Amino acid sequence: MIKVFSLRKLKNADMVEILERIQIAPNVHSCTVEAPDVARKALPGQFVIIIPDEYSERTPITIADWDAKKGTITFIFLEIGASTQKLAELNSGDLIYSFTGPLGKPMEIKKFGTVALVGGCYGIGGIYPVARALKKSGNKVICFSEARSKFLLYWNDKLEEVSDEVRYATVDGSLGIKGHSHDDMEEYLKAGKKIDRVIAIGCTFMMYRVSEVTRPFGIDTIVSMNPVMIDGTGMCGACRVVVDGETKFACVDGPHFEGHKIDWDIIMSRRKAYLEEEIISQER
Amino acid sequence: MAKISPRKTPMREQPAKERIKNYDEVPFGYSHEEAIVEAQRCLQCKNPKCIDGCPVEIDIPGFIKFIAEKKFREGVNLLKEKNILPAICGRVCPQEDQCEIKCIVGIKNEPVAIGRLERFLADWERDEDEIEIPPKSKSTGKKVVIVGAGPAGITVAADLVRLGHKVDIFEALHQPGGVLVYGIPEFRLPKAIVFKEIDFLKEMGVRLFTDSVIGMVKSIDELLNEYDATFLGTGAGLPWFLEVPGENLNGIYSANEYLTRANLMKAYLFPRYKTPIVRGKRVATVGGGNVAMDCARTALRLGAEKSIIVYRRSRTEMPARDEEIHHAEEEGIIFKFLSNPAAFHGDKNRWVKEVECVQMKLGEPDESGRRRPVPIPDANFRIPIDVGIIAIGNSPNPLIPSTTPDIETGKWGNIITDPETGKTSKPGVFAGGDVATGAATVILAMGAGKIAARGIHDYLMNKT
Ligand SMILES: Cc1cc2nc3c(=O)[nH]c(=O)nc-3n(C[C@H](O)[C@H](O)[C@H](O)COP(=O)(O)OP(=O)(O)OC[C@H]3O[C@@H](n4cnc5c(N)ncnc54)[C@H](O)[C@@H]3O)c2cc1C
Ligand code: SF4
Ligand code: FES
Repeated sequence: MIKVFSLRKLKNADMVEILERIQIAPNVHSCTVEAPDVARKALPGQFVIIIPDEYSERTPITIADWDAKKGTITFIFLEIGASTQKLAELNSGDLIYSFTGPLGKPMEIKKFGTVALVGGCYGIGGIYPVARALKKSGNKVICFSEARSKFLLYWNDKLEEVSDEVRYATVDGSLGIKGHSHDDMEEYLKAGKKIDRVIAIGCTFMMYRVSEVTRPFGIDTIVSMNPVMIDGTGMCGACRVVVDGETKFACVDGPHFEGHKIDWDIIMSRRKAYLEEEIISQER
Repeated sequence: MAKISPRKTPMREQPAKERIKNYDEVPFGYSHEEAIVEAQRCLQCKNPKCIDGCPVEIDIPGFIKFIAEKKFREGVNLLKEKNILPAICGRVCPQEDQCEIKCIVGIKNEPVAIGRLERFLADWERDEDEIEIPPKSKSTGKKVVIVGAGPAGITVAADLVRLGHKVDIFEALHQPGGVLVYGIPEFRLPKAIVFKEIDFLKEMGVRLFTDSVIGMVKSIDELLNEYDATFLGTGAGLPWFLEVPGENLNGIYSANEYLTRANLMKAYLFPRYKTPIVRGKRVATVGGGNVAMDCARTALRLGAEKSIIVYRRSRTEMPARDEEIHHAEEEGIIFKFLSNPAAFHGDKNRWVKEVECVQMKLGEPDESGRRRPVPIPDANFRIPIDVGIIAIGNSPNPLIPSTTPDIETGKWGNIITDPETGKTSKPGVFAGGDVATGAATVILAMGAGKIAARGIHDYLMNKT
């Protein structure tokens, strides 16, 4: 009785076109799209929400670079779930079903002194624009870039270009120190070297470990929370995190919070909530 | 004239046992014959009371008369003069508190089924596949931007485009419709109906931009540079939580999250659609409004064996529409009245396992006239659950006020407007719907939209 209309027809705004998608490390992709409105407004630390095709989830992704003049946005994503797999199937010239941003509060940028940025997995791309902006504001910028092995690291030259020092950490020791960035940072701090602020972007466990390392030194530590999100406008509360005993919505109040005030137990369990469904949805 | 029936002509619907296994609409609507029989129950009063009860003042006896005379096309056109979304309002308006409560027939018998007749006409037109595009005034050269594609924004857009203004809508989500699409479930309001209404707007020349969060991608001041006036219809989308221990356990959702996953993201079609939702076997929904009923009924359709409503007052105080409560009861929803959640308890993986409630009793009436629930000491009890849904209300989203400090807001974060024109404290900016009133109803949002459309039109035409 009721006719079903194509939802695509409802979209007046042109869908976002992919200019380039390349795999820069196993399962890690860099993607550049044409999104002039978003590019004009993007600031370091903000994110977008992407729905690769009509069936996919709303997926929050950190903005890694942009060019306001050319009207482009670049982001790094890990192929981990059904929706990011779909995204990895798209190529230059393909259209993304829905692309919304910029979202979230930008990272605070001013002169702090020496700032250490820690990036792991997609967060290596995430710290890049932050490092660039902090450097421009006159900070000494040290980047800590970590991965399991050398071949999983990317954007080394880009990071080196915008920072005073880049320190690598690999679990197998194939580049930089053997181990994790937080181990390296702990050594660094124990050696009496000064850091005025730490910013960590990447997997939850890494951000948690970095926060634990800096806690005894009393260094302001900003982490970029990546909880499950849906709308990204403060409407659903899926992204809630507990900061200093208070519930906050990461999409509008964050995503950046003080790492020493986060209730990490809640975060880690909430991120694991849909593991089983994720497996089912990838089987189809 | 044949003696009129004391009761409304019943509307056929899916039996409760079957419908809880699907997501299809529950009532089927009237056939032509049923509609005509029902229309004949109207007395065609000289001084019709029903119109006073209607927030958008539809000529109710007028369109009913056309139905009785089988002049459906004329009926639709008359209806649409006042209400551009009749297929939606016919389904979700609380007619029992508005027009039907005032109907003269209702004094001794059941009132005329005004809502069902409204729905009938709208559905008739959609099935006819011949939607008439109303005439447009000649172009005024003015440009208006609308933020939020919910019922308030859609109404303003429709009225202003007809008056010859150029209208653009920006919507934050990837689909238009607001609560009609992300909140109200398919079995109560099929989404195809909403999209058809939006298509109609586009036929009239309204441009729609989805994926655009105003305040982020463009500020209100930037919009005012590009457009002659702005309307904010951003709704009441900020969910309240109970703020009790354990509320951040896995398996606990706000109503907005639960419904958005199920409706907008189509989690009921998982895994074809990739957004997951926890299909609980024992689901407790906290709250007593329409939103709570929608959540509890959605949970059943997602396979819950027990779907429980936990409400701190008694049945008579429940704010949900009677029809919704009735449908919920038929479907086997369990009601735990006078129960106020005090905590959620979880297992070692932080999944919710129980909700602990304080047993309440009714005390003296409060300001709202409803009897205030008071706790009974030492009478806490626990209900085993694997999903909890918090449906205790929403307030307006602070995103726009917080990025536009010169828009004045009230105690609940609601944008303050002039009730006659919809004007806000910022020149050129108008607002209406849930963002101004707090969570209310579709028809009130449309009513506010009509007022604001008039306010904007006057403003544009007097502006040099
Ligand atoms: C589950 C549920 C069931 C309900 N059932 C009924 C019912 O049976 N009958 C009834 O009459 N009422 C019902 N209501 C209430 C009714 O839906 C609302 O009162 C009505 O939708 C309000 O309309 P609105 O246009 O003001 O806002 P909304 O419908 O909330 O629309 C606001 C729109 O603005 C968008 N938006 C928000 N911020 C921005 C931004 N910054 N930039 C761009 N866009 C933005 C939102 O995404 C949304 O699409 C129900 C509500 C819910 C949640
Ligand atoms: S009050 Fe009832 S009987 Fe009178 S015109 Fe309205 S619907 Fe008809
Ligand atoms: S993602 Fe919905 S409130 Fe943050």
